[in-house]
Amino acid sequence: MEGYVVSNAVVGALVAGAAYTVRAVRRSRQWSQAFRELGRRRPIALCAIAFYVALGLADSVAWIDASATGIAAYEPSSLVDRLFPAEFQERSYSAPFAFEEFYGGAGLRHPGQHWLGTDIRGRDVLHMALKGARVALLLGGLTSLIVIPLALFFGMSAGYFGGRIDEAVFFAISLLSSIPTLLLLIALIVALGRGPVQVCFAMGVTSWVGFSRVIRGETLKLRELDYVAAARALGASDARILLRHILPNVMHLVVITFVLLFSGMVLTEAVLAFLGIGLDGSWGQMIDQARDELARDPIVYWNILAAFAALFFLILSVNRVGDAIRDILDPRTVRENV
Amino acid sequence: MTAPLLEVNELVTTFPAETGRAAVVDGLSLSIAAGEVLALVGESGCGKSVTALSILRLVPKPGRIESGRIRVAGRDVRALPITEMRAVRGALAAMIFQEPMTSLNPVQTVGAQVVEAIRLHERVSADVARRRCVDLFERVGIPDADARFESFPHQLSGGLKQRVMIAMALSMQPKLLIADEPTTALDVTIQAQILELLREIRDRFGMAILLISHNLGVVNELADRVAVMYAGRVAEEGTRTELLAHPRHPYTQRLLASIPSRTRRGEPLAEIPGVVPSPGEWPVGCRFTTRCHRAFEPCAEIVPDATAISDTHRAWCHAVAREESS
Repeated sequence: MEGYVVSNAVVGALVAGAAYTVRAVRRSRQWSQAFRELGRRRPIALCAIAFYVALGLADSVAWIDASATGIAAYEPSSLVDRLFPAEFQERSYSAPFAFEEFYGGAGLRHPGQHWLGTDIRGRDVLHMALKGARVALLLGGLTSLIVIPLALFFGMSAGYFGGRIDEAVFFAISLLSSIPTLLLLIALIVALGRGPVQVCFAMGVTSWVGFSRVIRGETLKLRELDYVAAARALGASDARILLRHILPNVMHLVVITFVLLFSGMVLTEAVLAFLGIGLDGSWGQMIDQARDELARDPIVYWNILAAFAALFFLILSVNRVGDAIRDILDPRTVRENV
Repeated sequence: MTAPLLEVNELVTTFPAETGRAAVVDGLSLSIAAGEVLALVGESGCGKSVTALSILRLVPKPGRIESGRIRVAGRDVRALPITEMRAVRGALAAMIFQEPMTSLNPVQTVGAQVVEAIRLHERVSADVARRRCVDLFERVGIPDADARFESFPHQLSGGLKQRVMIAMALSMQPKLLIADEPTTALDVTIQAQILELLREIRDRFGMAILLISHNLGVVNELADRVAVMYAGRVAEEGTRTELLAHPRHPYTQRLLASIPSRTRRGEPLAEIPGVVPSPGEWPVGCRFTTRCHRAFEPCAEIVPDATAISDTHRAWCHAVAREESS
C-alpha cells in the first residue's frame, strides 16, 4: 500500500481515538477536573502543543490531485504542502522577507514572501520547519510507545517476582547498557534501514534500559507495602496486583519518563542527523545542513534558527506540561490545589 | 464436638539465617471454634504475625512453611492449589493489618478498593458492588458512607481507614477474621471504638476472630480464649479468666506483672530480665529457660509437655507440671 494512504489511515485512527478520549474525559469528573486544572496552569504550553500536534496531523493527511501532471502525479502533497505550492521556490539563499537573493542580489520570484527565507536550494524555510513537526512527533511518540511497555513489562516483572526472572532481566539490562548506546543505535539503523519506523524501533530498543531499572526499583519497594499484602490476603492474583496496585503507583514515573523520553528522543535524533542517519525532513537534518552555513560570510542564520526555535519550543512545552500533569495526577497533591 | 473452624497443628515456619534456616514458628498448635475470639499474645518477634501469615499461606519469601497442618473450615491450606487458596483468602478467612495508614492503595478511592475485594470473589455488577460497599461502610460506622466512597485514603483519618479495612475484610462475610494488631497504630479513643466494632461484628455475624496483640488490655476486652506465645511456641493457653486471673506459666505471670497498675503505685515497673533470644539461638529445652526465675535442671534440656490445669487451661512448663503432680 502507498505510504500516504497508511499515513491518512493513522491520522483517522488518531482523531477517532482522541474524540473517544475526550468523551471519556468529559464523563469522568476526576479526569475533566484534572484537564481543566492543566489548562489553568499551563495555558501557553498546552496551546503550543496543540499547535504542533495540529501541524503534524495536517502534514500527515496527503493525497494526489487527479489533475496533477509530472512529478506531482506521483508525489502526494499534504495539507501543509498545499499552503506552499511547488513553484514557491527560489534559486538559492534568500534572507527572511528579502527581495533579492542573499548572494549576488538577483531578483526573487516571490519577493518579500518567504517569511523565514530560503535555503541553499531555494526551498522555503518556514515550509520545512513546519514539516519538521510531524517527524518530531512521530519520533518522540512512537519511540515512547515502544519504550514504555517494554520497560514496564521487564521492570515490573523483575521487581515483583524477583529470583530467576530478576536475574534474567538484569542480565539483559547489563548486556545492553555495556554497549555504547550510539554505536548500538547506528548498528541497528544500518541493519534495519532508515525508515521512520525502523529508526524509532532502534531508538526504543536502546533506551528502555534506564527506565526499566527505575521501574524495577519502584516495584521492589511497592511489593513490600501493606496494601499489596492486603490485596493478596483478600485473594488477589499476582496479575491483578501488578495491574491494579503496582501499575497505577508507578504511573507518575511513566508520565515523567514519557516527557523526558519524548524530548530526549527528539534531541537524540538531532545527533543522529548530525551523523547522517537521521530522519528525512527532521529539524535535526535542517540543523545538520545549516552547519556549514554558519561558517559563511555573511552568515546564513535563518535556517538553523528556524529549526532550533521549532525544536526548542516543542520540547519546552512538553516539559512544562509533563511537569504539571505529574503534579495534578498525584492524588496527594491535588487536594491542595482544588 | 464439631471440628474447629481453624486448626493449626505443629506448624513450623522458617526463614533463612546465617546458619541454615531458623524456625520462627516452631511446633505451634492452636484451634478456634466458630464464633470464638482467640487472642494470640506475645512479645515483638515471638512469631505471632508469621503464624497469621502462615494460616493464609502468605509467608513472604524467602520464608516458608516447613511442616505442620493447617485446616480452615476443613480445608487443608497447605495442599490447596493456588487458585483455590485465593478463593479461601478473603472469602473464608480475611485479614486486617496493623497499619491502616499503608494498607490502602493511595491512588485508588477507598470505594474502588472495597468494590475490587467484592468482585474478586463474586461476579456482580459494578452498581451492585457499589451498593454493597456503601452498606458495609454504614455497618462499620463510617459516617456519610455514600460520600466516603469517592474518598482517597489520604483524606481519611487512621480510625476511618481501619474501618475501611474492616469493611473490606467483611465484604465476603468470612468465617474467620485474622486481626493482626488491629488497634496498635491508633490512639486510645479510636482503639476503643474499633474494639467495640469488632465485638459487634463477632456478635452479629458469628465470625471467629484470631486476635493478634501484645496489648493485654485489648485482649481482656475482646478475647474468649487466650494463647500466650513465646519464641515460636505456645507457652500457655486457657480461657480469658483462667489466663489473665490465674496464670501458671512463669512467663505469663511475669508478663502480667509487668503491666503498670494502680495498686503498685510508686514502685518501679516490673520487667522480665533479658531479651527474647533470636530464632536460631533458642535453648534446646524450654525456650523461656534463660529468663525464667523458676528454671531448674530439666528446663534447659527437655522440651516441656503440656500440663492440663483444667479442661481448657494448659501450660507448657516443667515447674507447673511438678506442682500439678505433687
